Amino acid sequence: MKFTLAKPRIFFKVSRFLFPFIIVMGVLCFGTGLYTALVTSPPDYQQGDAMRIMYIHVPASWMALCVYSLLAILSLFILVWRHPLAEILAISAAPIGALFTLLSLVTGSLWGKPMWGTYWVWDARLTSVLVLLFLYVGYWALYKAYAHPAQGIRAASLLALIGAINLPIIKGSVNWWNTLHQPASITKLSTPSIHPSMLFPLGLMTAAYGFYFLLLLILRARTEFNKRKCLVQENFS
Amino acid sequence: MKAKHQRLLTLLVGIVGLGIAVFLVSSAFRDNLVFFYTPSDLSHKKIHPEQRLRMGGLVEQNSLRQDGQTVSFAITDRKNILKVNYKGLLPDLFREGQGVVVEGHLSESGLFQAETVLAKHDENYMPKEVADKLKEKGLWQDDR
Repeated sequence: MKFTLAKPRIFFKVSRFLFPFIIVMGVLCFGTGLYTALVTSPPDYQQGDAMRIMYIHVPASWMALCVYSLLAILSLFILVWRHPLAEILAISAAPIGALFTLLSLVTGSLWGKPMWGTYWVWDARLTSVLVLLFLYVGYWALYKAYAHPAQGIRAASLLALIGAINLPIIKGSVNWWNTLHQPASITKLSTPSIHPSMLFPLGLMTAAYGFYFLLLLILRARTEFNKRKCLVQENFS
Repeated sequence: MKAKHQRLLTLLVGIVGLGIAVFLVSSAFRDNLVFFYTPSDLSHKKIHPEQRLRMGGLVEQNSLRQDGQTVSFAITDRKNILKVNYKGLLPDLFREGQGVVVEGHLSESGLFQAETVLAKHDENYMPKEVADKLKEKGLWQDDR
């Protein structure tokens, strides 16, 4: 199979071209998103202003799942096709995903105290997201546990693929079992149970998170690529 | 068969196998993975008194009695109803008609002694004015 587009050189050319666009869009979305979320959107009829944590919490959770899905797909490419760009991207994406998961857990916990009356409960949703954080951390630990990164990445990719089984569990947990966490408001088949005036800032914040992820991913991938180039040069000289 | 096709096949078979295994395990544990029981569950389950458990449902309308820190209310799942006693502070979202989860034990008299009360939020988000309008028009859906 030929991956002309997936050659690292071409990827970096395209990403260099897109980079300014991503920065501008990211700043715009974050600015308008935070303003509409924290200032102009109305407080919730029951939760009051505390529901504004949702604008930080929900996109972080979505991104945590998205990044893990990406990691799992990249891992398949690494294990089957031994693809170098997939390696660089997976290594760059994993810590960002861990960051999103941590952010989701922390903001959720801060929301839980005033609303539920507790920081943490061991219900199916919260526990499965905690497992997701452990998967990210385990992925990184396994990758770093080998002296040679080429070995580490294979072991870690296998873990990432096995861990992908957690994704449908996180998504389904609130529907399959009764949990303290509420079921999905938006990613369900009927119309969203969230008012448009609140959906709009949430959409902006989600876009902002997405651009922020792309930005970090490109920067980290560049660093990783250059690091590898240096290693190769050192080995030859 | 090329080496990479073999790797792909091995991985796919492995993932599908793992998926089936996890599905079987989780459906076997379905009953134990519940975070709380409903009043109906408790009515036909043999529960040892003093056994700690969680029970959840909606707070019955007009059942809340508050005397200082001592609170009593009833939890319903629209089939069965169970009275709850509690001493302590209620969370912000606690109100009649709302979902709650209580943690404690069932006393022999059939009264639930709660040590913790957790409010369960639903998935609806809307501004107060919209909620009021919906109630005015009678479009409010409390039942799900």
